[in-house]
Amino acid sequence: MKVLITGITGVIAKGVARRFLADGHEVHGIDRRPWPDAPREIGMHTVDIRKRPAEDVFRKVKPDAMIHMATVTHFTTRFEERYRINLVGTRRLFEHCAKYGVKQAVFVGRHTIYGAASDSPLYHTEDEPPLGGSTFPELADLVAADMFAASALWRWPELNTSVLRFVYTLGPGRRGTLATYLEGPRVPMVMGFDPLFHFMHEHDAEEAVVRAVHHKLRGVFNVAGPPPVPLSLLCSATGRRAIPLPEPIFRRSLGRFGFPKMPSSATPHIKHPVVVDGSAFVKTTGFEYQYSESQTMEGFRWS
Amino acid sequence: MELPVHPAVAAQLDRLTIPFNEYGLDEFGVSKKHLGVFYTPMYAAYEHYLRVTSFGTENVPSEGGALIISNHSGGFAFDAAMILCSLLMDHDPPRHAHGMVEYFLHKWPFASPMLARVGQFTGIPEHGERLLNAGRLVLAFPEGARGTGKLYRDRYKLVRFGTGFMRLALRTGVPVVPTAFVGAEEAFPTMLHLKLLAKLIGAPYIPVPPQLIPVPLPVACQVYYGEPMHFEGDGTEPDNVIDGYIREVRAEIRQLIDAGRAARPSDFMLNRMPDDSEPLVRGR
Repeated sequence: MKVLITGITGVIAKGVARRFLADGHEVHGIDRRPWPDAPREIGMHTVDIRKRPAEDVFRKVKPDAMIHMATVTHFTTRFEERYRINLVGTRRLFEHCAKYGVKQAVFVGRHTIYGAASDSPLYHTEDEPPLGGSTFPELADLVAADMFAASALWRWPELNTSVLRFVYTLGPGRRGTLATYLEGPRVPMVMGFDPLFHFMHEHDAEEAVVRAVHHKLRGVFNVAGPPPVPLSLLCSATGRRAIPLPEPIFRRSLGRFGFPKMPSSATPHIKHPVVVDGSAFVKTTGFEYQYSESQTMEGFRWS
Repeated sequence: MELPVHPAVAAQLDRLTIPFNEYGLDEFGVSKKHLGVFYTPMYAAYEHYLRVTSFGTENVPSEGGALIISNHSGGFAFDAAMILCSLLMDHDPPRHAHGMVEYFLHKWPFASPMLARVGQFTGIPEHGERLLNAGRLVLAFPEGARGTGKLYRDRYKLVRFGTGFMRLALRTGVPVVPTAFVGAEEAFPTMLHLKLLAKLIGAPYIPVPPQLIPVPLPVACQVYYGEPMHFEGDGTEPDNVIDGYIREVRAEIRQLIDAGRAARPSDFMLNRMPDDSEPLVRGR
């Protein structure tokens, strides 16, 4: 099978690429960023997903499966650029898939699109509307990208599309939204709140992507690992010191005093839990997580 | 700082069948440590201050999901805390119930995580359904804040019941245990409400009792569990069918309250009612 992975230089994408290689598949990758020490067998294409050369990759490679992992968050990219990458990029890729006979498309999304609020359900199921954008405008483009990817299910029925909404990933790769938040030795919390955080090991996330392709998964699925833990425990188990700050001070401290730089509208996500029900994915693919919550946190801590 | 846990509470928590992981957490983030810290003062109030007696605990299933449906009174939800205590301490085997909490409480700092760690979640149908499907007990007060907000002159009146609990029971196929809490109206006789302050802090009302502080008077209370009620259906029934079922539950609770009140030697009784009093819990 020929697999094309966009955003291949991301930590999880690299892991996915290695797993497909190990299984004897032909792997190609698209990314604007280079991967200088990529395994020789991987066909690297240093192009932008929004530009014409990306279409040429589809034309030449004719992949059987496309895994879209080239979405970006507020942690890495500025507002307008983010919209272009996440929305225009996603649209182009799905159009290429339809045009060049790709059989399986996997969109790797995030669980945060469900949004965090005091009255939202503890375990989100796939049929719930993604309300993330309502309190956290920086998520609106990811919500839209997720919805667009899901629209491929009726837009191009012959293309088998799966939209995976992953919980936070954590592990030795030290990349991703949660790892960025936990980067420093001191982690700011909102005083009086201690939400559950739902995360999984990055190796388990890689395995989940691989399974989605092998099972020709179709539809929208939450992907989760072990049960969630409170933020205070997450901080202590990863060797961080949690610093509870009154909410107005928390909002003003972001990006200062060594605290992570994030928009103040992310505050609800530090006050209330976003936890998902991943049972449908487990039932369909037989996925089982290999890393417990403590192994995942320790793996991140000691990397 | 480790807060002390009453040995009787610790012993009952150890007997719970809830699967706690290596951190003492279950899948809903309920923490065994927090349960100990929560139940210890509640148990002290249950035993020595409000001197609660439980009747008919055998009507609460020993395993699997069930909905505990009770009248709501007493200014703030100490009746809920006492029912939780009764199910943990006086039920054999001990059971931990999940209360369906008012929306505003989870907006408040400190209240939100404390409630969450002891499994008291916002009262949305999704929470009830998930907990019941996981075989947990769910405690709900269909009167909601309308019930606790009653003034003393309206004591033991049952105000309008919400319909969500009945659809939940039908959808999940669990029994409804009609429950009456007697004594809370006298322990916390609300004289008036502070409306402006309530608005400022986002609460539905702030009750003012004669003792002026938000602590109930040491009036002995009782909790009566009626026989479990099973209803036919799948939760898609029209409102008039649901309303009929709710009237049945309401009548049952009414009966339990009236019998419970009649059994009290005086409204403001101070001594604990003995366990071996005439059983008032009548079958349907």
